[in-house]
Amino acid sequence: MADRKTPGLAGAVAGIALAAGGAAFASFLAQRHKDGDDNAPLYTRKRPGTDNPIVGRTVTIRKPRAELYEYWKDFGNLARFMENLQTIRKDGDAHIWTIKAPAGQTVEVRTEVVQDVANETIAWRSLEGSDIETNGEVTFTDAPGDRGTRVSLVMFYNPPAGELGRAIAKLFQREPEVQARHDLKRFKMLMETGEIATSAHTEDATRRAKQQETGR
Amino acid sequence: MRALTWHGTHDVRVDTVDDPEIINPRDAILKITSTAICGSDLHLYDGVIPGVVPGDVLGHEFMGEVVETGAESTLKKGQRVVVPFTISCGGCFHCQIKQYSACENSNPVEKQDMSATLYGHPMSALFGYSHLTGGYSGGQAEYVRVPFSDVGPIVIPDHLEDEKVLFLSDILPTGWMGAENAEIQPDDTVAVWGCGPVGLFAIQSAIVMGASKVIAIDHYPHRLELAKKLGAEVIDFRKTDVRDALMEMSGGIGCDAVIDAVGMESHGFAIDNMIDIAKQKIGIGADRASALKQAILAVRPGGRVSIPGVYGGMTDKFPLGALMEKGLQVRSGQTHVQRYTKDLLEKIEDGTLDTTFLISHRLPLEDAARGYKCFREKQDSWTKVILKPGMEQGQTA
Repeated sequence: MADRKTPGLAGAVAGIALAAGGAAFASFLAQRHKDGDDNAPLYTRKRPGTDNPIVGRTVTIRKPRAELYEYWKDFGNLARFMENLQTIRKDGDAHIWTIKAPAGQTVEVRTEVVQDVANETIAWRSLEGSDIETNGEVTFTDAPGDRGTRVSLVMFYNPPAGELGRAIAKLFQREPEVQARHDLKRFKMLMETGEIATSAHTEDATRRAKQQETGR
Repeated sequence: MRALTWHGTHDVRVDTVDDPEIINPRDAILKITSTAICGSDLHLYDGVIPGVVPGDVLGHEFMGEVVETGAESTLKKGQRVVVPFTISCGGCFHCQIKQYSACENSNPVEKQDMSATLYGHPMSALFGYSHLTGGYSGGQAEYVRVPFSDVGPIVIPDHLEDEKVLFLSDILPTGWMGAENAEIQPDDTVAVWGCGPVGLFAIQSAIVMGASKVIAIDHYPHRLELAKKLGAEVIDFRKTDVRDALMEMSGGIGCDAVIDAVGMESHGFAIDNMIDIAKQKIGIGADRASALKQAILAVRPGGRVSIPGVYGGMTDKFPLGALMEKGLQVRSGQTHVQRYTKDLLEKIEDGTLDTTFLISHRLPLEDAARGYKCFREKQDSWTKVILKPGMEQGQTA
């Protein structure tokens, strides 16, 4: 396990692309569609009134709401499409996330589910004593007609090393917004096609590309 | 294996590269029997499409024999298939509404950002056509990995030889969709800019769709001759004032529909085209669009503009006023190949469409670099080049 002061850790903190700052996140969730003049999600505002970046993304997946919810609810599945996530295992009511960090390191985060409404939403936050703090919420709503389900992933992000943490994260190309977008699109691919698209031409190239992406 | 690889502008080589492998369950591996050089490959050759990396294997028109299948592939070893150049998953929203070239799942996630920035949305992956469209290795090679092999490839009956069906991969459906997008009515006069392979297939398609008159515009005598043989009237733009001629030939009304089968590297002596050429040369890359600009002025008010020709970026001095004031309809796009393969295969089988008339050269894969050079430099006589991996060198049919 990495020391929480190392740059490697900061990179990983950003890498998981999940949020910190429980209270602020909760208030964000409560206000996101009320506070403002327009109907756009808060995270698309040009000037969010906070230093804490709010990360959010929506994809439409041509699968029933229940199927997507069930897949996500089994947290062990998340490592299949979140590329910096090595494993998630259950520990009582909590989940322990093992996250890949640069230079072959890993960090661990204990999370608890704070909200779980069947076929609608799952929210989680990190517990005290974790290497990093995270907060996230995924919601599932019906898309019009037979378009399937709209899946929104919203995260509140408060990098532990402040701006420096984000700068380091950028260096590792793990800007949380990009990571969140990529992870959600991989989820979509997996659900709609049963696989995650790659243009790698050989197994070796696949391995090399993965190593490059995870900075190891 | 041996494969045609891109190394820089006007520098392609046949190199030895790793054999492809099955990566995902829906993959298949083909042993290529025939592959072609496309006019749009020349945009890569000329270095005007961004996102090509040295070592990339080119080629998006190919067919072959299935030699390996992933667990979820529906193909069987030994089948002969033609593969659409658009890679499409079949399961996303866009595939479901048959807009296959907008497939949301075939372009790898990490490759989507660049085209999303450039175009607002990522598009489907294409074989052998830059990393904007996925960075997949192409089919100008001995073998190719085909993702989503249960969706795209069409199985070919044994009695149809390669040359009759190879163009189902791109240029035949592209020409067909170019004509379909022009919404041709029986009394229409239709003008087609460019008598390259796509233009020629668009002309043939427009005639099959019942256009009363099809007018082909180019400057290469041999290509105009091919258009004439298909039943088109022709205009040599170097000798004739195109807009004047089109007005006269359409009875003073203007063409009901126009088809730009030229794309971003159009010839012509218009002053804006010269400026665009200069910009492309110094790398600030405005698309040369003189054919399209002329087409927009030539089409009648309320007419239809179809653009199968390839564009990649921005263009300058676009006649937007003509587009608006004349109330034109514009349709374009990379071809939704999977939408057309089955019907077009039937039209090849029953003789409605001839696909072999434009093939001018057949070369071994090893001669592919020469094929590119000649296809670019001798456009009059080199109308279409087919590459055969099995063919012995020095043999040219």
